[in-house]
This record gives sequence, C-alpha cells and structure tokens, in this order.
Amino acid sequence: MSKILILGEHDAKTLNPATHKCVTCAKAIPGSHITVLLLGADTAAVAAQAAAIQGVDEVVRIDRAENAHPLAASFAPQIAALATGYTHLFGPSTSFGKDLTPRVAALLGVPQVSDLMAVDGAYRFRRPIYAGNAIVTLEADPARILVATVRVASFEAAPSGGAATISSRTLDVSLPSHTRYVGVHTGATDRPDLQTAARVVSGGRALGSAENFKLLFDLASKIGAAVGASRAAVDAGYASNEMQVGQTGKIIAPQVYFAFGISGAIQHLTGIKDARTIVAVNKDPEAPIFEVADVGLVGDLFQVVPELSRLIGA
Amino acid sequence: MQKIMVCIKRVVDYNVRVRVKPDESGVMLEGVKMSVNPFDEIALEEALRIKERGTNAEVLAVSIGVADTQQQLRTALAMGADRALLVQTDQPLDPLAAAHALLAIAKKENPDLVLLGKQAIDDDANQTGQMLAALWNRPQATYASKLAIDGTKATVTREVDAGLETIEVDLPAVVTVDLRLNEPRYVKLPDIMKAKKKPLDVIALDSLGVPSPVSFKIVKTEPPAQRQKGIMVKDVSELVDALKKKGLI
Ligand SMILES: Cc1cc2nc3c(=O)[nH]c(=O)nc-3n(C[C@H](O)[C@H](O)[C@H](O)COP(=O)(O)OP(=O)(O)OC[C@H]3O[C@@H](n4cnc5c(N)ncnc54)[C@H](O)[C@@H]3O)c2cc1C
Repeated sequence: MSKILILGEHDAKTLNPATHKCVTCAKAIPGSHITVLLLGADTAAVAAQAAAIQGVDEVVRIDRAENAHPLAASFAPQIAALATGYTHLFGPSTSFGKDLTPRVAALLGVPQVSDLMAVDGAYRFRRPIYAGNAIVTLEADPARILVATVRVASFEAAPSGGAATISSRTLDVSLPSHTRYVGVHTGATDRPDLQTAARVVSGGRALGSAENFKLLFDLASKIGAAVGASRAAVDAGYASNEMQVGQTGKIIAPQVYFAFGISGAIQHLTGIKDARTIVAVNKDPEAPIFEVADVGLVGDLFQVVPELSRLIGA
Repeated sequence: MQKIMVCIKRVVDYNVRVRVKPDESGVMLEGVKMSVNPFDEIALEEALRIKERGTNAEVLAVSIGVADTQQQLRTALAMGADRALLVQTDQPLDPLAAAHALLAIAKKENPDLVLLGKQAIDDDANQTGQMLAALWNRPQATYASKLAIDGTKATVTREVDAGLETIEVDLPAVVTVDLRLNEPRYVKLPDIMKAKKKPLDVIALDSLGVPSPVSFKIVKTEPPAQRQKGIMVKDVSELVDALKKKGLI
C-alpha cells in the first residue's frame, strides 16, 4: 500500500485548490492511503475543508503559534519529523510548495521530482523539462520515500463529499529563529483567481501601459475572467508580478485563454499549454502564438478588445 | 559582508529550441549554444551590486559541470566576479547532489551570502537553493525580487503566488533570485580581456568527498503532446461565433 502525505496549502481561512489537485494526483496511485497535513496557528477551519475532499483518509493538524506563516525553514523540520512511515510526500507546485518541498526532501536525504505531471505507477512518473519542450519519464527507488511537487495544472481538483478523520499532533521539534516573516503585499482583487479561473484574459507588451490594461479588465469583468500577463508586460510595469503566466510565472489550465498582443515565446507558451482553448489576437500574422492557437485573429487589439467587449455584452 | 558565493549553471541558451532525440534517450545537445543560466546571471549581477554599493565583498562564482563550464565562469569573471571555482565532473548531477557539492564549498569558503537562480532553465527543478539551505542549516529566501543587506541581516522581498512577501533572514543565508531583481550588465570587451587574468580554479568533484548521489532513473525523454491545428477567423464577429460554437461565451 502507498501511504501518501500531502502538504496542504491554506491561508488559515480557505484551503487552496492546489491541495485538491494533489489529492487527485495521489488517487492515481493504486491502493493509496491519503493524509493531508496542515501546519498553521489554527487549522480548525481548513482541516474541516480538507476532511471533506473525496479520497482523503486522514487529516493531520500541527497547530502552533510559530506556524502562522509558511516559512520553509520552520515548516520543513516538522514535516520531516512526521514523514517517517509514508511512502510518498507531495507538495503543490505553487510558490508555497516549490519553496518548502525541496527543503523537506533534503532533510530526508532524498531527491525530489518537481512538477510531477502524470502518474504511470507508484514509482513511475512523468515531468516536463526545458520549459515543456521535452517530457521525461522517471523511475524512483521504492526503498525511499518519494518526494515530489505536483504540477497542479495537470490535475483536476478532487470533488468534495469525503469524511476523513481529523487528528492533532504535537511535535517535539525546535524551530529556528533565523528566518522571520515581515508581511505580504497582495494585489488582491475580487476577480477570479488566475490559477483556478475557467477563463483568463491576458495581455502582452503590446498593451503599452497599465492604463491600457483596463481594456482587458473590462472584457474580463464581462465574462468573469481572471487577468494575466506576459513577462514583458509585467517587467514594463503594466501588470503586477502575480499576474505573470509562463515558465517562471503561473502555469494555468483554464477552459479558455485569450492572448492579446502576446507573441508566443516558448517561456510564455509553457504556462498555457494545458488551456482547453487558446484564442490569440495579434497584428503580426507570423506571430508564433498562432501555432498553438485554437482560434486566431490577425488584428489590432485596440480595435478588437473593445469590439469584443461590446459584442459579448450585447 | 565579506564574501558572496554565486552559483552558476551552464545550460542550453534560452533562445535555443530544444529537440528530443529520435531514440528518446534525451535531448539533442550537440553543437547547441550553451550559456550561463539566466537566473544565475541575475544572481551574479546582484552580488556585484552589493559589492559596488561599498561593501567591497569578494564575489566568488562557483559551478559544477564539465570542463567546458570554464567558458561560463569566464563570463562570470568578465561580468565582475573576483574569483571562480569549477567543480569538475562529467556526471550530470541532480539538485540534491549539486547541493551537497555546494555545501562542501560553502563550508570551506564561509560566505556571508549564497546567491543563485531560483531555477535552471534546463531541468526547471527549482530545488538546489532550498536543498543547500537545508543541508547547511541556514535560512532560505527564494524568488527574491528585492534584497537589502543590513549588517548581519537581509530583508528579502519574494515573488509569491499571492503577490510580494517580505521576510527577514540572519546571515549567512541562501537567496534564490527571480527575474525582476535586476537587469544584468553587458560584458564589455576590455572586461573579457581582464577576466583572462582572474583566478579560475578547477577541482574534481571526487575530491570533495560528498556522498554519492541517489537519483531517479530516466526511462525515456519524449516530445510533448502537440496541440491540434486551430482555425483563423477574419473579424471580431466571426471570433464571437467561434467562441459561441465552442460554448465558451
Ligand atoms: C529565463 C526566462 C524566463 C522567462 N519566463 C517567462 C514567463 O514566465 N512568461 C512570459 O510571458 N515570458 C517569459 N520570458 C520572456 C519571453 O521570452 C518573452 O520575452 C515574453 O514572453 C514576450 O512578451 P510579449 O509576448 O508580451 O512581448 P513581445 O514578444 O514583444 O510581443 C508583443 C506582441 O504584440 C504584438 N502586437 C504589437 N502591437 C499590437 C497590437 N496593437 N495589436 C495586436 N498585437 C500587437 C506583436 O506583433 C508581438 O507579437 C522569459 C524569458 C527568459 C529568458
């Protein structure tokens, strides 16, 4: 039997859907027993949410004042102490999981599979390399715990309907004081979250200014979409950093992705490969984005976007 | 701040479109342009700026790789690193093994700060910095987009999914850098000439006495699934029709 420990991600109020996706990945391993681990100052609310995910057998809480913020240096030794007895340890490939999971792996003395995208067996997996230009199949040694981050764009969120048991653990692990949380600045909006939105409207360098990005926000409001951006648009200050889509930004899998004035660099495409439908609008008919677009329109975005907003709104 | 260690990986240049070998044994690397991993270049630039801001710290560039990695270390020296060290091996190392080797160097060199890219654009693993910090039992600050040094502390702004997070770490610490930390300088010809005279030491990986790497078995390497060819529409009303037909609006 595979005993799988999933590092749950949350903000104390809500369990991040990345956790539900990790559960789907874990369920693909035959005969898996799935435990979601939650660290926080008070994880009661999110533990109830985790217990309700179909396929989860157990939820383990480690509540402790020092766990109020997810500092890898503090979380990792606690997770490593708890990991004995598990065959697999999965974190999400979000900034939380990518920061934390390798630190745990190193403490356990084992290598890590990053961005696990497909399960071919309990110890056989696929992952992308070279910005998704190649896919490798890896085999791990069953004698060691398998540590991985799960590429969340590759898995659907597991539905609710479960009723797992919840328990609390106290660990005798001393935590370092060398790393201190100061604060977070979020561009939080009431718009759909980029990583989980069914629709995403995205803009590139061609937008030309933060002001012009409003065109995209208007369209997004009409269709209930999240707004994304290319690196060029973020670097130029037209969009904020958490909006970046791509190899080094967010990897997303919406139902539909609109790319306006984005050329389609490989580093951008790797972030949208799993979108069900890609719509591209670019004034250059030779733009590489058209090679991957399901629906393409050669045109000036400054004409197309307002017209599209109007026609959809009508 | 006396010494900054910058870790540099030799990778396929980001402009190269990497292709898979027909026999699925890997990707084609013969004759392909190799460069400093772009994120590591940003790490080096940051080290140089810390030095130039008056700390006058020594900047040491370290790489692990084949003999030809000396080319990338020469680039690092030309950018402004004071000294370079190549840990030579023909064996490709995974991040845990690389972290063990870097740990051995860190223990010898005692840097106040280790800077490296958040990921390498070949394996996209995003692990080495975190693993080094764990093995070294020191703080980690990943995905840095701003770094301020204040005596024995660093304040780091990190690019996280929610936005920008700030943490404070005691030095020595491992900081992995993101794209927006800075824009690396261009290397000028006289700097390339000067770099030829700077020290570049080569040691064998075996001489470090690090544990032999445990790794995964690579079964095969395949090209990614191709998307189906799409359609082109003439104007916005055709676009709206196409979206309606797909049930997307
Ligand atoms: C290590 C590394 C990591 C990277 N990571 C990422 C990443 O995560 N995400 C990412 O996006 N990029 C990333 N990049 C950058 C990437 O290589 C490209 O530079 C970037 O994606 C280009 O952004 P863009 O398409 O907006 O700009 P450009 O390439 O400049 O394209 C602008 C496009 O707009 C079109 N256009 C201009 N005016 C109009 C108009 N009026 N109407 C319609 N179309 C118009 C042009 O024809 C052009 O195709 C990375 C690069 C490196 C080296």
